[in-house]
Amino acid sequence: MKTKAIYATSAYASRLTASLFALLALSLLFFASFVQSSQAIEIQEIRSPKGITAWLVEDYTVPIIALNFAFAGGSTQDPEEKLGVTSLLGTMLDEGAGDLDSQAFQGRLEDLTMTLSFNSGRDFFYGSFKSLQSNKDHTFEMLRLALNEPRFDEVPLERMKAQTIAGIRRGLKRPDALAGMTLSKTLFPDHPYGRPSKGTEETVSKLTADDLKAQRAKIFAKDSLKIGVVGAISADELGVLLDKVFAGLPETGDLTQIANVEPVTDKSVHVEFESPQTSIQFALPAYKRKDPKFMPSFVMNNILGGGTFSSWLYNEVREKRGLAYSVGSYLVPYQHTALLMGGTGTRADKAQEAINIIEQQLVRMAQTGPTEKELADAKSYLTGSYALNFDSSGSIAQQLAGIQAQGLGIDYINKRNEMIEGVTMEGVREVARDLFDGVEPTIVTVGQPLN
Amino acid sequence: MTGRSLSLKALALSLVVFAGPILPVTADTTGKASIEDFSKVRIGGADVSENTLENGLKVIVIPDRRAPIVTHMVWYRVGGADEEPGKSGLAHFLEHLMFKGTKNTPEGEFSQKVAEVGGQENAFTSQDYTAYYQQVAKEHLEMVMGYEADRMSNLVLTEKQVNPERDVVLEERSQRVDRNPSARLSETFDQVLFPNNPYGTPIIGWKNEIISLNKDDAIAFYDKYYTPNNAILIVAGDVETDDVLKLAKKTYGKVEQRAEPGPRDRPKVQIVPGNREVTLQSDQVAQPSLRHGWIVPSSTTAEAGESEALEVLSDILGGGANSRLYTKLVIEDQLATSSGAWYQSTALDDTRFMLYASPKDGIELDKLEDEALAVVNNLLENGVTADEVERSKRSMMASAIYAQDKQDVLARIFGTAMTTGGSVEEVQTWPARIAKVTPEQVQAAAQKYLSQTSVASYLLPATTPENAE
Repeated sequence: MKTKAIYATSAYASRLTASLFALLALSLLFFASFVQSSQAIEIQEIRSPKGITAWLVEDYTVPIIALNFAFAGGSTQDPEEKLGVTSLLGTMLDEGAGDLDSQAFQGRLEDLTMTLSFNSGRDFFYGSFKSLQSNKDHTFEMLRLALNEPRFDEVPLERMKAQTIAGIRRGLKRPDALAGMTLSKTLFPDHPYGRPSKGTEETVSKLTADDLKAQRAKIFAKDSLKIGVVGAISADELGVLLDKVFAGLPETGDLTQIANVEPVTDKSVHVEFESPQTSIQFALPAYKRKDPKFMPSFVMNNILGGGTFSSWLYNEVREKRGLAYSVGSYLVPYQHTALLMGGTGTRADKAQEAINIIEQQLVRMAQTGPTEKELADAKSYLTGSYALNFDSSGSIAQQLAGIQAQGLGIDYINKRNEMIEGVTMEGVREVARDLFDGVEPTIVTVGQPLN
Repeated sequence: MTGRSLSLKALALSLVVFAGPILPVTADTTGKASIEDFSKVRIGGADVSENTLENGLKVIVIPDRRAPIVTHMVWYRVGGADEEPGKSGLAHFLEHLMFKGTKNTPEGEFSQKVAEVGGQENAFTSQDYTAYYQQVAKEHLEMVMGYEADRMSNLVLTEKQVNPERDVVLEERSQRVDRNPSARLSETFDQVLFPNNPYGTPIIGWKNEIISLNKDDAIAFYDKYYTPNNAILIVAGDVETDDVLKLAKKTYGKVEQRAEPGPRDRPKVQIVPGNREVTLQSDQVAQPSLRHGWIVPSSTTAEAGESEALEVLSDILGGGANSRLYTKLVIEDQLATSSGAWYQSTALDDTRFMLYASPKDGIELDKLEDEALAVVNNLLENGVTADEVERSKRSMMASAIYAQDKQDVLARIFGTAMTTGGSVEEVQTWPARIAKVTPEQVQAAAQKYLSQTSVASYLLPATTPENAE
């Protein structure tokens, strides 16, 4: 009955495509609204007495509050000799704060039946919080302590460093993780996007409490803070609690300027790895989130390798030839670059064939393009599936914070489906040519030697 | 416009799926939520219904009106553990082949229709069940019901479809198992942990047996088990029971009974004498780790209250950062980077209770194992405190409520229970049963089961550095 028990059940899904890649893609960017009528989702833009702003969806159907927030500045803010510091900061915030040491803090979280988690992406630092309505004063106090008075005590710090290092070592032995790291490094050899966001064994082992404090001061600031809240709370009540948690943060942080960068193309890297299956990952330059060509490329990618069981890659690699179990492609629009990425896993002696087929689909998309029906089906899928994203207060709060962080505006939620409807065949053909014509992907393979 | 519109009310999403009146969970002055309130929660809400069509198909409806969406699932009471010896992987292979079309529907049409309306779909196979599902806007419920009913009896397969799909399954096996030392050791471990019982055989199948599966095997299995009297239809979402029943009669009601699969009596797992341990050493292992497994009753095979006591036990012993194993081994003694325990309560036959730990650099695995087992023994001898039981109950009930957050997860909780010997009522009253567990019951369950010999498993790097710090 517990979540753990559900995971423990050995169930094999028939088709893994979507779920495997959903984790890698910035799926939150594609949330937004299925609402096109006057009954649009009602988001209040609220301002607290001390000037903290947030988006609130007030709802009393159930006595729960979900809050998500983001600060600008993720692992790209790690100094080169301190890689992994932002990620470690995220794991240390709930390891003791204020008068509560690590164990007391963890015990209190469990007693309050709240959830609190932090994590860093490349460009942003995220927090996620859920609470019962009835004990919100206590749970917001825990959030305040974590953000404002983290202790970074030595013993839990060493413990979290050891766990992080164990995870880094495991990643180096896993073909998909190894392929991902190698691909980042190959695409961005001289840029923070190319570095491992959890750091290396060497850098993490040297991190100190002072490093965490410095990174916290660099990133945690009011000027880039974005907050989304869903649940049983009024704007006035929320304002008071937001002030308690966030008003004490400095006005501005001290972010390092990150340069825009173009990914390296047309490079192939093979990593020898004893495995019956070769992991294949590829990437090409694509469009940033605010680029007018982003939406056409989003629709195009759905036809190429998106989440349905009828994409070109799915049909050609899996259905027709049985070369792989999972195959797909996805868009990764960062703040300072943008990628179309994809991958699959196939037996060693078929790896080159699978690569050829994937490349043929890119060429076909650039030269022939989809049929009118394929385009209509993709738009129909993308607009229709939108409702399915509204499945928990937590995920809505996450989207509210994410959309703000991306600077997409409060009306984005109600315009998103119109933007998809507005994508034309001409637009799709144009982005396909721009992305694939004369551009060779960078490809990483991890496995036995390619034949 | 093709978009659907939702009112704000429809967006009233939350962690708790209450169809009936909302039960507020109150908190005391220190902020702790009331276990008394939690215990009154009925999983799935007050309006869950269960009916049976004339052909034997069970129909469970779980109203969830937060958004105009439905999750539609068909569960068959058949899984990997129901395969004949030598045909391992057949239940899962058939699950893949169910997407290949019927005598009425060309291959791909069903998936195409689901995608066109923006739906999601998939299927999954476990030891005890196989299930197919779609999530769509509610106006498309009849469409997916029609297609799913069609493939309950009209599947048609050709060699041309079966052969590449077998390759897909072999790649799936490579991806999940063959390239992952931990998963490979798990196959060995399961064989040793479940002597005489089919839970020891991997769901995906042994490689040589997957290779030998063919079209006729799949059809024979399909004809034996895919029949309305062996299936459960679950519809969760913005629907009324009467409407679902009407549609069910119109679609599934037309499927005739095709077989009588009979009772699911499997050879019982044996507790065999002697020490049992398995080891796998590989240069693809980054960190050593150990596991111990005990055979324990599932919620189906347990005596009243025992399974609930085991659930509380697993939480106290190894559920998260406040558990005994984590506190002692990771925090206090600093021997491990991770440690915990879990119990798989939903299963038709006897099941497993697992303990795991991974040592810090420089700590011998033997030493960690001794200390981990000492934590277990301490619990056997001295029991657990009332405070620990309270905290675990609160945390477990909260987890159950979080798990219901998603409609499809809720449907899955009911489907799992209904195919592993449970009932709708048992699912709904789980919080009340957990609330009744006492410290004495937790200790008794621990003494009864964890004092038996465990099966040990060791995953080791190829070479252990001599001078590890």
